Amino acid sequence: MTEPIISARGLTKTFWRRSQRKGMLGAMRGLVDRGGTEVTAVDDVSFDIPAGEIVGYIGPNGAGKSTTIKMLTGILVPSSGEVSVAGHTPWEERRQLAQKIGVVFGQRTQLWWDLPLSESLELLRFMYKVPERRFKHNLAEATDLLDLAPFLETPVRQLSLGQRMRGDLAAALLHEPPILYLDEPTIGLDLVAKTRIREFLAELNRSSGVTILLTTHDLADIERLCKRIVVIDHGRIVHDGELERLKARFSSKRQLTLDFDVVPDLASAVLPTGTALFDQEGPRVRIAFDRHERSAPEVLSLMGRFGTIRDMSIDEPAIEDVIQELYAESARATA
Amino acid sequence: MRLYLELARRAFQQTLTYRGAALAGIFTNGIFGIMIASVFLAFYQSHGSGDAVQGWTRDQTITLVWINQSLLMTVYLWGWWEVTRNIQSGAIVTELLKPYDYFTYWLSRDFGRALAHFLVRGVPTFLIGAIVFDILAPESWLRAASFLLSVAMAVIVSFCLRFMANLAGFWVLDYRGIAAMFAAIMNVLSGMLAPLAFLPDPLRIVANALPFRAVIMTPNEVYLGQVPIWEGLGFQMLWIVILIVSARLLMATGERRLVVQGG
Repeated sequence: MTEPIISARGLTKTFWRRSQRKGMLGAMRGLVDRGGTEVTAVDDVSFDIPAGEIVGYIGPNGAGKSTTIKMLTGILVPSSGEVSVAGHTPWEERRQLAQKIGVVFGQRTQLWWDLPLSESLELLRFMYKVPERRFKHNLAEATDLLDLAPFLETPVRQLSLGQRMRGDLAAALLHEPPILYLDEPTIGLDLVAKTRIREFLAELNRSSGVTILLTTHDLADIERLCKRIVVIDHGRIVHDGELERLKARFSSKRQLTLDFDVVPDLASAVLPTGTALFDQEGPRVRIAFDRHERSAPEVLSLMGRFGTIRDMSIDEPAIEDVIQELYAESARATA
Repeated sequence: MRLYLELARRAFQQTLTYRGAALAGIFTNGIFGIMIASVFLAFYQSHGSGDAVQGWTRDQTITLVWINQSLLMTVYLWGWWEVTRNIQSGAIVTELLKPYDYFTYWLSRDFGRALAHFLVRGVPTFLIGAIVFDILAPESWLRAASFLLSVAMAVIVSFCLRFMANLAGFWVLDYRGIAAMFAAIMNVLSGMLAPLAFLPDPLRIVANALPFRAVIMTPNEVYLGQVPIWEGLGFQMLWIVILIVSARLLMATGERRLVVQGG
């Protein structure tokens, strides 16, 4: 077992939120009275990420995703807990760590607005002290993989969001960091641009072994890229493991799609216990059932009495539904 | 070191891209220069034009008006709140994740910008003044060269003051109040509106000791020969040292707040 490249132990961050007072008098009282409440943004979070893995870090807004990323980059000091990233304690050695990580925030750019993309990228060569030959090689590679050539000389302010994001990805990678943090890298992009970014990340991970930690609200990102997901809600990890296992855990509700040879009359019929009619379009019927109560072959044979079944399929639970259920469960656990 | 040179070069380039803005700016500075110079001409005429006022002759004051209009953008008296906006938008997080010194990063960029503004805004504005009014030339080449050095130091002093005002963004939610105050202080105490010698007595003595003087007044004094060269440049140097130390301390305090309390 190799050492994990990112490791967090009992990572906790609490903030002191000053309570807002109403009106002039309240504002003046606020100056002397330091009233407020303690908010725990990240609560006892632990995980290990081995080198070369792509991990999806997901959770609803305000769950603590960005706070965690900030602590892993060193821009935020935790209230307690330990972190090691590429052998560094991030907030103590932020500058050294900066050489080993690439960071992309989907919501903002690190490129210079008024300069051609190529100028912004070249600046990074001096920032990270990349030898010129190495830099030229990396830039050529990024230009090729991300197809930057058509807009390399265009000022960044004139780029489309998708082009800008490709530029930002190149900017995060020119110093060959072994670790890449991506905070919502596909936000606001159209489908074509999203697909392109995903393909690039998958290829990057495969060919260079870059470890990627990404947060996203787009679960297609997760399905395309991540074998493993860490789900955080209210600052706590509610799931850490393979995506498939998560699906299995929450896939008790399934759907069986049946094609009858004639339109069956199900509206008035009494269905077998443990099943329910989801919808019907002519001869196509979708039956919802609980895996723990009925097995699929059982449902199939029971439905056989309504007519001859020509075809059937079982729908996997959609990841959106799984995540939704997971949040609901964690909400119940907190309540 | 190379990084900071490259930063300055790109900021220089970036500033040059706005040609329309430069033309409009020269026009505005020209109009303001003509207006303010005319007011001072009228003032000297009613006063008896041969006399100096508080040690300033008519031609010296008119020259100051045009030096001020020309330096306005170079020293960027007010209107630069990029760091504050980056603090408040959270963009500073991305910047602090880069392996460079934050203060030097912005100083380099500002220096490149200042050089571009000196060339495209300062020189043409000064030429307008020289054509329309009687403007004094420096009395020696040494004075002229010292003036350029003094302008460079004025840029550094001005940058430090602006940078520190920007850092208020770590503590204050709305920077507009600070921006308004900063502009007022800069205008009066730098000598932008009138020579500091025209201020009433207690204020004049205080203003002459403050760093704002080093931004506008000192380059004028060096140009016009009103202070020995070493005194003018020494005064600026002293404030540069004090301000760089203060700006860095303030930055460290703000950064500590950021990494503990979050953005």
